[in-house]
Amino acid sequence: MEIKVNKETCTGCNLCKKVCLYDAIEIVDGKAVINENCIFCGACIEVCKLNSIEITGLKEEQKDFSDYSGVCVYLEANGDRIADVGFELVSEGRKLADQLDVKLSAVAVGSSIEKSALEAFQYGLDKLYLIDSPVFSDNLDDIFAKALVQVITRYKPEIFLAGATWFGRTLIPKVAAILKTGLTADCTGLEIDKEKKILLQTRPTFGGNILATIITRNARPQMATVRPHVMEKKKIAQDKGDYKDRIEYIDIDEKNFKSKYKLLDTEKELNENINITDYDVIVSGGRGLGGSEKFSMLKELAGLLRGVVGASRAAVDSGWISYPHQVGQTGKTVNPKLYIACGISGAIQHLAGMQTSDIIIAINKDPNAPIFKVANYGIVGDIFEVVPMLIKRLKNKILLV
Amino acid sequence: MIQIKIAVCIKQVPGTTEIKIDPETNTLIREGIENIINPFDAYAIEEGVRIRERSSSEEVEVIALTMGPPQSKEILKEAISVGVDRAILLSDRAFAGADTWATSNTLAKAINKIEDCRLIILGKQTLDGDTGQVGPELAQRLNIPFIGYASSILEINRNKMKVKRLMEDRYETFEINLPAAISVVKDINTPRVPSLRGKMKAKSVEIPVWDANQLGADEDEVGLSGSYTQVVKIFTPKIKHEIKMIEGSPGEQVEKLYKELKELNVI
Amino acid sequence: MRYLLTEEQQMIVDICRQIVEERIIPVRAELDEKEIFSWEIINEIARSDLFRLFVPEEYEGMGTGIFEICLATEELSRGDLGIATSFAASGLGLIPILVAGNEEQKKKYLPQLASGKKLAAFGLTESEAGSDAGNIKTTAKRDGDYYILNGTKQWISNGGEADIYTVFVMTNPQKGIRGASAIIVEKGTPGFEFGKKENKLGMRSSVTRELIFTDCRVSKENILGSEGMGFIIAMRTFDQSRPVIGAQAVGIAQGALEEALNYSKVRKQFGAAISSFQAIQHMLADMATNIEAARALVYHTAKVIDSGEKNITRLSSMSKIFASDMAMKVTTDAIQIFGGYGFMKEYPVEKMMRDAKITQIYEGTNQILRNVVALDMIKRGVV
Repeated sequence: MEIKVNKETCTGCNLCKKVCLYDAIEIVDGKAVINENCIFCGACIEVCKLNSIEITGLKEEQKDFSDYSGVCVYLEANGDRIADVGFELVSEGRKLADQLDVKLSAVAVGSSIEKSALEAFQYGLDKLYLIDSPVFSDNLDDIFAKALVQVITRYKPEIFLAGATWFGRTLIPKVAAILKTGLTADCTGLEIDKEKKILLQTRPTFGGNILATIITRNARPQMATVRPHVMEKKKIAQDKGDYKDRIEYIDIDEKNFKSKYKLLDTEKELNENINITDYDVIVSGGRGLGGSEKFSMLKELAGLLRGVVGASRAAVDSGWISYPHQVGQTGKTVNPKLYIACGISGAIQHLAGMQTSDIIIAINKDPNAPIFKVANYGIVGDIFEVVPMLIKRLKNKILLV
Repeated sequence: MIQIKIAVCIKQVPGTTEIKIDPETNTLIREGIENIINPFDAYAIEEGVRIRERSSSEEVEVIALTMGPPQSKEILKEAISVGVDRAILLSDRAFAGADTWATSNTLAKAINKIEDCRLIILGKQTLDGDTGQVGPELAQRLNIPFIGYASSILEINRNKMKVKRLMEDRYETFEINLPAAISVVKDINTPRVPSLRGKMKAKSVEIPVWDANQLGADEDEVGLSGSYTQVVKIFTPKIKHEIKMIEGSPGEQVEKLYKELKELNVI
Repeated sequence: MRYLLTEEQQMIVDICRQIVEERIIPVRAELDEKEIFSWEIINEIARSDLFRLFVPEEYEGMGTGIFEICLATEELSRGDLGIATSFAASGLGLIPILVAGNEEQKKKYLPQLASGKKLAAFGLTESEAGSDAGNIKTTAKRDGDYYILNGTKQWISNGGEADIYTVFVMTNPQKGIRGASAIIVEKGTPGFEFGKKENKLGMRSSVTRELIFTDCRVSKENILGSEGMGFIIAMRTFDQSRPVIGAQAVGIAQGALEEALNYSKVRKQFGAAISSFQAIQHMLADMATNIEAARALVYHTAKVIDSGEKNITRLSSMSKIFASDMAMKVTTDAIQIFGGYGFMKEYPVEKMMRDAKITQIYEGTNQILRNVVALDMIKRGVV
């Protein structure tokens, strides 16, 4: 396998060299030369106007995947509730299944989750595989992986989708590795190539600076994780309908589901909502806040908007607020309906974690702060003036303008 | 005698803070981007070194591993300058284009070749690929437990460890048998600045290079050939962005913002 | 402008710069405001082997010379003078051991100071013995195998935080300065206590305390050299340490220039960046020129000392005078370029000016040092 430049057509225009993030292209005697730093990412192939670069010698085995059929999504549970991302995937899975003209199934694994899992039928599910047992009351990766592998190998879906939650991101790669198939992380777009009937998985890389479309070759199912809140969940039925025949209870032999992981303790931060990815509104504070005590102001604002408090890396590193609140590449990627950035300058790593929010409001002293480059509404001003006034206004007091 | 061998898997990545987009062609401009050690991996290295420094009864050796082109040697030297005992470069043209599955295969072979690694530490994800999948896939290939998003190692000896992981809304503390693999979040430590002696050692150290042959890897199980996923298209997102600046005195700004929020139905 | 440094010297600079950028600059305002002595940063400096620069290899150091110490101190001072002072004060406290200690004392104390696990401090100044260092009143009376120390040392950097103190005492008060001796006292010795932490104008992230000795019994093994050598030891120590103060001054000034230059490029008045105004340009040019001149003098002095030259008092004093006067001027000008903002604590330059002031005062006021320069010149001629 190699990557080749067609010397006949290459004009040495330098475009490929400019886009190569790995410093793998030099222009020698007016022609592009690709060196050993190349990781075959294909950025140069994409950009070359003369189609002068190609990857050759990649063996394509023609495997028969005809016994794989249907789309299956994983309904991840949090306690006895199915997390929203599960229903989002059902809605998305429905579209894909329709395009392929196949069935949409879901697998739910957990303890006392049946009631919540049934809701999935309102989102257009054809079939539910339910594994409901007390052995799944804690998030023990290995036995969850085993359960999922059992379902997938038995029912052979051609596509399997799961939420890119933190648990999903450690569990699903394990499942893919056991099944010996490919997995694409954190997809933000899924489409069907109608001709080849394969799944096109689009995901951001480089902190959202680049999008890559990926396919699964030589293996099935085609697996992908999808970030929470990226897909829209859409109820298509008022009630669950007649689901009795469409649900399959999978009994498991508890003896075979003994985890190698011993969970000793679970702790949640008291009185604090740290699962910031779960909220529709996030009010975040950054370096401009100047201290931990100032976060109480943001908490109040977040409370009024039924949201939660987030923070930039600078605020977390200064010890003003705990790490689970951190938004950005080093922390959590969030996708709320409303993101209010207070005193956050907007380092690229922070933007990577929040720029896909529906609406972004930035309040910052510095009109040149990069946060304004992604915001929908900008206020140049002092957060210590603006935020307390906004709190007052939300409490329905008339402002003296 | 060394009782605990720790392998730290790291990667060289282009530092993204400098990435600029050419507005005309809507493509990335590489100029000015330096290759750096994946920032998340710095925590992995530090944690390995700290385990060694904390351990009084058992001798610990920390080995840094990376798969990449020859220039990746630089980050292995950096790892040595902050206290890693030795480093190995996995480099072969055949490794290029690997997805997480093929990468984990190459790493697994190297870890088996090192022999008796009790703990494997990785960063939570890389800055370029951003997947966080190599850790769990590697652990699965080695058939050992994996704990992602580790935020604290509470206890460790040759056979067992207590480790706390961070989930979105809680911390969970596990006891697992070793060997095992973990990926770490930045909460776990603050990576140190290199030491002068470390830098001197890094300058003179010879870093062994293992190729596909030495790892006993067939060409079609590594690199792009050994990958189950393949990039078919790469592009920059079209950013159509409009910002509405809200002007006026702070009071007026708040009033206008309030109206906008109302119209958007968020209040 | 980069001086021609060896690879190892460049490593020292790089390490210090990383500590400054990552650890010091983000917290320096807070350390200054709240007068915090940061063991966290000192430990980072220690872990990076920088304290080893003060100590020769045979005692687990990596000491190569004063020049390397100056490079490190300059870089650290660019971030925060208080931290650079805590660093340099440990060096100052251990130089007497290097200069006059016997093999046993060196083996006992230098390795732990080299690792940075413990800090040293230098105890000379008293309330009535500042520039007039010969006028110290703290006494050490011989009693069998011990000396009994009584008296109070004032304004001792690292006081209370350091574990190892080199203290200058009168063993024979009748002899005046020829009756002074240097002795090592460890923290925790009964009768050795600390006064309150001083509230200072600048370098507020360093600690300055009194050392109070009340019938404090110290083994006679701890005397450095022999009785009566104290004043000579102190002067030989200063000869080596003064260029380090010069390096501190160059570092502070460098930091101030960088801040002023960056600010002048973003601050707009009359519709243009103020860096486009000649009045500002000339100030910046003068600041930069004076810094380079001071740096050249400090580096030259350090290299002369490292070459083994003995008569270094004059050059050493000159480099401290010139660099510290320069730093005071440059930091004041930096505030001027910032205008009203420079006067505010939100910006770092006012702190730099407060910090710079001490470099004109400690380790010999610039006035005393001018005397030294003049007297040396009169005695030995210009060359």
